[in-house]
Amino acid sequence: MSNIFFKVLRAGINTTYQDEGRFGLQHLGLPPGGCMDHKSFLIANALVNNKKNYGVIEFAYQGPMLKLVKGKTSIAITGDVYFKIISNNEVTDGECNRSYNLKEGDIIDVLATKNSVYGYLSVNGGFKIESFFNSVSTLVKAKIGPNNGSKIKIDDKIIINKATSNKINLKTIISLETINTIRVLKGPQYDYFSEKSKKIFFSQKYNITNLTDRMGMRLNGEALKNINNTNIRSEGITKGAIQIPADGQPIALLTDHPTIGGYPKIANIISADYDLLVQKIPGTSITFKCIDLKEAEQLYSNRYNNISKIIKGIKEII
Amino acid sequence: MLKKLSNIGDSSIVCDFGEEVNQSINSEVIKLFYFIKEQSSLKKIEGIINCTPSYNKLIISFDLKKTNSKTICDFIKSSKIKNLKNLKDKKEWIIPICYDFEIDLTNMSKELKLNKEEIIGIHSKSIYFIYMIGFVPGHPFMGDLDSRLFLNRLKTPRIKVPAGSVGIVEKFCNIYPFESPGGWNIIGRTPRKIFNPKDNLKPCLFSPGDTIKFKPISKMEFNNLINE
Repeated sequence: MSNIFFKVLRAGINTTYQDEGRFGLQHLGLPPGGCMDHKSFLIANALVNNKKNYGVIEFAYQGPMLKLVKGKTSIAITGDVYFKIISNNEVTDGECNRSYNLKEGDIIDVLATKNSVYGYLSVNGGFKIESFFNSVSTLVKAKIGPNNGSKIKIDDKIIINKATSNKINLKTIISLETINTIRVLKGPQYDYFSEKSKKIFFSQKYNITNLTDRMGMRLNGEALKNINNTNIRSEGITKGAIQIPADGQPIALLTDHPTIGGYPKIANIISADYDLLVQKIPGTSITFKCIDLKEAEQLYSNRYNNISKIIKGIKEII
Repeated sequence: MLKKLSNIGDSSIVCDFGEEVNQSINSEVIKLFYFIKEQSSLKKIEGIINCTPSYNKLIISFDLKKTNSKTICDFIKSSKIKNLKNLKDKKEWIIPICYDFEIDLTNMSKELKLNKEEIIGIHSKSIYFIYMIGFVPGHPFMGDLDSRLFLNRLKTPRIKVPAGSVGIVEKFCNIYPFESPGGWNIIGRTPRKIFNPKDNLKPCLFSPGDTIKFKPISKMEFNNLINE
């Protein structure tokens, strides 16, 4: 067994293990879950030479402070994150989107995400964690996943698998995405809303409220008017659906969404813009733009070609 | 019968079986659900990541890197789904219930104009069909309740309902798998664990399409079973 491990000196907010998600169980009430920002997740694993679906640590706003108590490893942090590395009492400002070699006693202090919500910490070889139904994603509300389905806590011991690769550090360059227009497709109950409300939905600025987490994002704007029925027969929910309860204020359903729900859905966020949306901090104003299915499929394909290019562009740091 | 196929967002489609809710329509939904699962495990169709049956709809979600809405819709149109086999793995469960753990029987009794024993008698005699499972992991939506027991949701939902609580609303009956908030009328509690996050093979006791009959037990039997 590996004896390389971190000790958690500070847990941070919402620090959990995540991978690409747990599939095939939604008919039993489990949403796919997994990492919120798939792009940052994929790049985090690539930077430490992992296969693409290794579990990583996801954090929101403030990340963890970890001390490498035993052994050596290599780590990378992705997202837009402010962090420090403390080695032999020397403090270095960390750079995102590159790997670092850590030696015994080093501390990594993930202070905050900058103008974004989620960040990712990967280690070469991955974490030694238990999977449930082929996934190491943590679904906190149902206590499913590694660490007894809980968030990472202070004093936890985080065991790392033995490193697999060489010691040369890697880096890539990613431009930040700052657009505040989120593209959507019309939802299954689009016609439940008045013509005026449909216009409002696609023209007004929505404010992202504090009532936002891995399950959903509540938005605030001029209330929409439902002219049909504010409840529907409960039906399956998909990631990125935008439902409008009786108060007329939208809720975007995110990664850990309930599996079944009974509110009308006016729109669905396109897959290509999902990562962009979940990284928006409360207080940001966003607008929705309606596009068609063909365009959404093309945008998704472009996005993954772009992520592949970023990963192929990873270079050794000389 | 399947009435309509359409996309939901760019990575799901919905198979719509019409507006009615009854066991025969729901059985069609569940048959299609098992058919898609089987075809997906036989690799006859690629990229399916989840199938979510509800009363009158089946939502199929997929990985947009591997497939798209048109491919899935075409596959369903070209399959002979009118002639799907009957459900073979359908289970009939007998679930113990202790009615001493009721919370709402006094109010129910007033509203339904039946005494407590009559309500318990009616509830424990029916066989309940599992229309769907979800909202939270393992949570079954069952029906149909005897029409003498039809009630609305509580005006103010409870912040905490104990795990195992059995509730009723309209023609439906449920079991709360975890302690959670809830607005159903609580009639009793089962000691059976209906969702086990540690069970890697079968975390959920029930499947959509199974049936349940409740078997009344005493508080003592409840305590023995819960400690097992």
